[in-house]
Amino acid sequence: MTGPEPSMPPEGVALAGPVSNDDADTGPLLVATGLKVGFPIGGSIAARLRHEQRVLRAVDGVDLEIERGEALALVGESGSGKSTLARALTGLVPLDAGEVKLGGRVLKGGRRSRADQRRVQMVFQDPYSSLNPRLTVGGMLHELLRVHHVVPRSEVDSYSRELVRLVGLDPDSLQAYPRQFSGGQRQRVAIARALALSPGLLVADEPVSALDVSVQATILNLLQDLQASLGLTLLLISHNLAVVRHLCDRVAVMYLGRIIEVAPTEELYASPRHPYTAGLLAAIPRMTPSDEDEPPAVEGDPPSPLRIPAGCRFRTRCPIARDRCEHEDPELTAAPGRPAHLAACHFPLERAASATAPVGATTKEQTSPSQS
Amino acid sequence: MIGSAGSGSAVEGTAAANVLEVRDLRVEISTRRGVVHAVDGVSLAVPRGDAVGLVGESGSGKSMTLKAILGVLPPEAKVTSGQIMLDGVDLVPLPTSALNRIRGPKLSMIFQEPMSALNPVMRVGWQIAEGPRVHLGYSRSKAAERAVELMRRVGIPDAERRFRAYPHEFSGGMRQRVMIAIALSCDPEVILCDEPTTALDVTIQDQILRLLHRLCKESGVSLLFVTHDLPVVAQLCQSVAVMYGGQIVEQGAVQQVFAQPCHPYTLGLLRSAPDVEQVRASLVPIPGSPPSLISPPEGCRFHPRCGFAELDCTEQMPELRLLPAGRSTRCLHYERCLEPLTAEGAAR
Repeated sequence: MTGPEPSMPPEGVALAGPVSNDDADTGPLLVATGLKVGFPIGGSIAARLRHEQRVLRAVDGVDLEIERGEALALVGESGSGKSTLARALTGLVPLDAGEVKLGGRVLKGGRRSRADQRRVQMVFQDPYSSLNPRLTVGGMLHELLRVHHVVPRSEVDSYSRELVRLVGLDPDSLQAYPRQFSGGQRQRVAIARALALSPGLLVADEPVSALDVSVQATILNLLQDLQASLGLTLLLISHNLAVVRHLCDRVAVMYLGRIIEVAPTEELYASPRHPYTAGLLAAIPRMTPSDEDEPPAVEGDPPSPLRIPAGCRFRTRCPIARDRCEHEDPELTAAPGRPAHLAACHFPLERAASATAPVGATTKEQTSPSQS
Repeated sequence: MIGSAGSGSAVEGTAAANVLEVRDLRVEISTRRGVVHAVDGVSLAVPRGDAVGLVGESGSGKSMTLKAILGVLPPEAKVTSGQIMLDGVDLVPLPTSALNRIRGPKLSMIFQEPMSALNPVMRVGWQIAEGPRVHLGYSRSKAAERAVELMRRVGIPDAERRFRAYPHEFSGGMRQRVMIAIALSCDPEVILCDEPTTALDVTIQDQILRLLHRLCKESGVSLLFVTHDLPVVAQLCQSVAVMYGGQIVEQGAVQQVFAQPCHPYTLGLLRSAPDVEQVRASLVPIPGSPPSLISPPEGCRFHPRCGFAELDCTEQMPELRLLPAGRSTRCLHYERCLEPLTAEGAAR
């Protein structure tokens, strides 16, 4: 890494101010272009020698922008590459191609400098395995604050206390080990740990799916409060579309390593353009029972990422696929008159059309135009 | 789906109407720290052909109830009292040999994690065929035929070829279909389902729920469906029992219970989960944490976390009492639950 290491002025103990460690430009906070991440799949040694190694393309050409202070959701099924994309943005897996820029500064794909590590932090799904069982919460935070020189040594204690208070824990919890906490409290510790470095972007990978329903609400409320009070920029990875709708401003839908639709949340839920999004929304169980005799919203299993279909990658399960879908890979394009609503489909669904999918819930929203 | 109001929740039903009846079941687990009252006086009934949901959070005793019914409790746990009547036969005193003749042909189970429930080194076809071979005395070839037919019924494409596949060659959804085929293989009367769709993606969950619904209608099999996901219960089940701290705190027809809960815990569950159909300004978590089952709180188990608790809630443990329309609740002041929801409904 060239260039002068940015000086690290002590930012004071006050955490209440907006989290900012970015250059003073006004564009999107994060711009990712052409991201590709692949994992080699072990073949025989002979195949490796012949350079015929098979590669699983977990992320296959993703462009993404995250605005300052927004909460962007990344949704998709398992195997869609959403977690890999999150890890790539955090610098936990190396990039095969593409570039991540945060506040105008290029972040390396693989191992990052300490200064860059601070700028994107992550909260993991399982708070039972993501916390070191042999460190107290205080020990965990102290180590982090010292290594990254976040605050002067004399202020480490007061800063740690401030952090745990910020996530709604008692200052006494600094002396406690992770095993002494419940799942929800552990996730609070994980959030405090991520916020300790005042990151520009907080990536939360399924932060509530390991928790019980009544506890989920406390963590979701905490994330919402932190976002409002700290001006936090949040990338939320989730398969739970109800959680996403509650928390996020914008949603990006992934399928087999690509983003196939991006839109402001209410618009996406009210009138999805991609048939996959429509199917995904229709598949959510609702409190008012739907007609169980209908066929499922999306048939079949997602194809293996080792054998991504040519053309449109959703065509093998798509109810409206035609010839063109087999030959031409659709690009993410904006809907006429709705520049913020992008979809990668040759035959996007019309505004009022949930006709292809039995989306029971969208009828309510369609009466009120939700264009922002 | 129409809730079969009344019949679903009546604990004192006739044996003919209810294929499975659990009466005052108690399960205790002895640990070094004391005796855990994991299941504490649970009574529920599964009417023939119905799907009954059993919901609750982790540690509420819902899985222990299922394990007790199937007779697969861990060694340190034991049923201390109660009856489990399957078709008029009490399963509790039966020895393992007698239970083995019942598990399969009368009672079977679908687990949450198909990968750990299936044998990884046995071809899936033979795993499905095992039940008919053992319980129905089918020959090898006849059992194999039956397995292929079952695989078709649960929607596994290319069944003849997939018969010879191993579990690792299947996707998560297909593995769960194999589990369902195994559960169906001996035409049971009741299938116990322990969070069968929790590990699945939402589109696959949708497929599996529709499959279960279709199979129930076709074969008349009854389901006891354990989950923490209320909308899944709303989709599949006719009646529901809500568990908290080892006890059932509310029972009734699904649509009624979810529209008009009569226990503050049910109300809390409904208000703490985000809803896809409507965005609420903020979620209302249930304060506090679940009770210790070694020394549960005096009086109502929920009172330390309950916003409506009164003095009498701390003194006496409320009994499950019957309400109109075949519902029941364990709350002394259940009328108070009705207010917040109606207020919220008016604001909508």
